[in-house]
Amino acid sequence: MSDSQNLASIPENSEINSSKVGTKVSLFLWRLFSFFLAFSIWELAGRADISIAFPPFSEVAVAFVSMIYSGEFTVAYADSLPPLLTGLCITIIGGVFIGISIGLARSAEWFVMPLLIIFQTAPVSALIPMLTYIYGISDTAKVVAIVILGMPLVALNSYKGIQATNPSLLEMSKSFLASRVDTILFVILPSAQKMIFAGLRLGVSGAFIGIVLAELLITPTGIGDLITYNRFIARYDKMFATIVSILAIAGLTLSLMSIFEDWLFPSEKHK
Amino acid sequence: MKKVGGLSDIILKTEGVGVTYQESIVALKNVSLNVPTAKLTAILGPSGCGKTTLLKVIAGLIEPTKGKVIVGGKEIIGPGPDRALVFQDFALLPWATVLQNVAFGLRARGVPKKEREETSLHYIRQVGLLGFEDKYPHQLSGGMRQRTGLARALTINSDILLMDEPFSAVDEQMRRKLQEDLLKLLKIESKTVIFVTHSIEEAVYLADQVVILSGRPGSIADIVYPEIDRLGEVDLIRRQPGYIELVDEIWSSLKRYVE
Ligand SMILES: Nc1ncnc2c1ncn2[C@@H]1O[C@H](COP(=O)(O)OP(=O)(O)OP(=O)(O)O)[C@@H](O)[C@H]1O
Ligand SMILES: [Mg+2]
Repeated sequence: MSDSQNLASIPENSEINSSKVGTKVSLFLWRLFSFFLAFSIWELAGRADISIAFPPFSEVAVAFVSMIYSGEFTVAYADSLPPLLTGLCITIIGGVFIGISIGLARSAEWFVMPLLIIFQTAPVSALIPMLTYIYGISDTAKVVAIVILGMPLVALNSYKGIQATNPSLLEMSKSFLASRVDTILFVILPSAQKMIFAGLRLGVSGAFIGIVLAELLITPTGIGDLITYNRFIARYDKMFATIVSILAIAGLTLSLMSIFEDWLFPSEKHK
Repeated sequence: MKKVGGLSDIILKTEGVGVTYQESIVALKNVSLNVPTAKLTAILGPSGCGKTTLLKVIAGLIEPTKGKVIVGGKEIIGPGPDRALVFQDFALLPWATVLQNVAFGLRARGVPKKEREETSLHYIRQVGLLGFEDKYPHQLSGGMRQRTGLARALTINSDILLMDEPFSAVDEQMRRKLQEDLLKLLKIESKTVIFVTHSIEEAVYLADQVVILSGRPGSIADIVYPEIDRLGEVDLIRRQPGYIELVDEIWSSLKRYVE
């Protein structure tokens, strides 16, 4: 248990604040340093002439900026973002809803669990080319690809979080005559919160994989098309810049989610 | 010692309670017990003999495989407002503060926030946790967690208080203080207490009735009624004649279940 550590770090309020700011700053510096290190290695590897398909970091950075100004990103993301956002919303809301519902209603478990486990373990990306037959070349196909890759992870983790509720706390709630709704609100959901958010992070990553795969394999538009096209014309700097852009957006989304989690459950900061 | 003990009204009784876990583990067998109103009943027995199981049956959390529990003349069908349980493993919400934990029962009853916080703070003070109401369980010592669970049970003001080894996680000084506090509390608020303990001394010191369970499957091996005068100073109780003899008597009756 980390109890003793925590006890040790709770002397006076002022000390907490100053030390917290201190750790935040040093954490930020460490992150900056690790980015710097990764980019340096990339730069060196790129200059080592391994392959012309692997440009150094500096060229990619230049391409990145030029693509922002030329509007290439704007055009591509205008195609990719709407289905991505739709897919993310369905993944998040649907996944959490399905996971929690199954977790709470034991009777539904036998019906839905096998499906979810199959979705989680099977190489689902192999299904994506098949979506063409069903939905053709459309935004719907992209949304479906996102949901297939993201939602099972969200639902499964939400379900597991609900199931992992400490039985002793459930007994406690029952013995104090809490209603089912109160038990769900004050015991089950807070206890599942960590798992649900872990699932959301996995699901959001899955959703990003989904949109890129869909645009690479089914619907050559948007960001996937930008990658394919630049590879085709051997503009590898632009190809990598595009990949970096989608990674950056994914990273940003994940950061926003953890800010949202802290805002929603501020007490967790004390831990 | 008088056997029937002339104890007053019976508020709660169990009739032939038996509990079998998973169709093969017999935890309790034919436990019939009378619990007198406004008295302390201690349940004593070796580890794993079914003390917690018995307390949870009485609390209405475990449905007995056989027999029934009767409170105020009616058979119970689950937990009720007449009984409050202090859990052996504390059962505190890790994400909630002491105040929120203590107020849980009142919140579940729909008591408005201001009122439930006032009541909770009152009991937080009584168990000696004032100043810690905004701490989280992981910031507390074992004994403080236990007292949080005790305060939570006290807030709902039920007639019967069920306590599962309530003083096991505290040091000797704190244990004595809490024992004395409990006796004082019971002088003010008339409550029926059933508590589980490992300690023979604690049982004799606190209880009007000591129920001795045999080893697994737990059944009643003996019941003794320590007739100790608790009206005077609490300090004097341990020095009364008969105290040590009774402890010895119970030990000799328990010894054969402890290998
Ligand atoms: N949920 C359960 N499923 C199966 N067996 C159980 C369960 N709960 C308790 N038991 C068994 O029933 C017996 C009685 O358990 P119980 O917790 O009531 O004992 P106890 O007297 O409170 O022990 P201790 O003094 O260590 O707290 C034990 O042998 C235990 O292994
Ligand atoms: Mg026990």
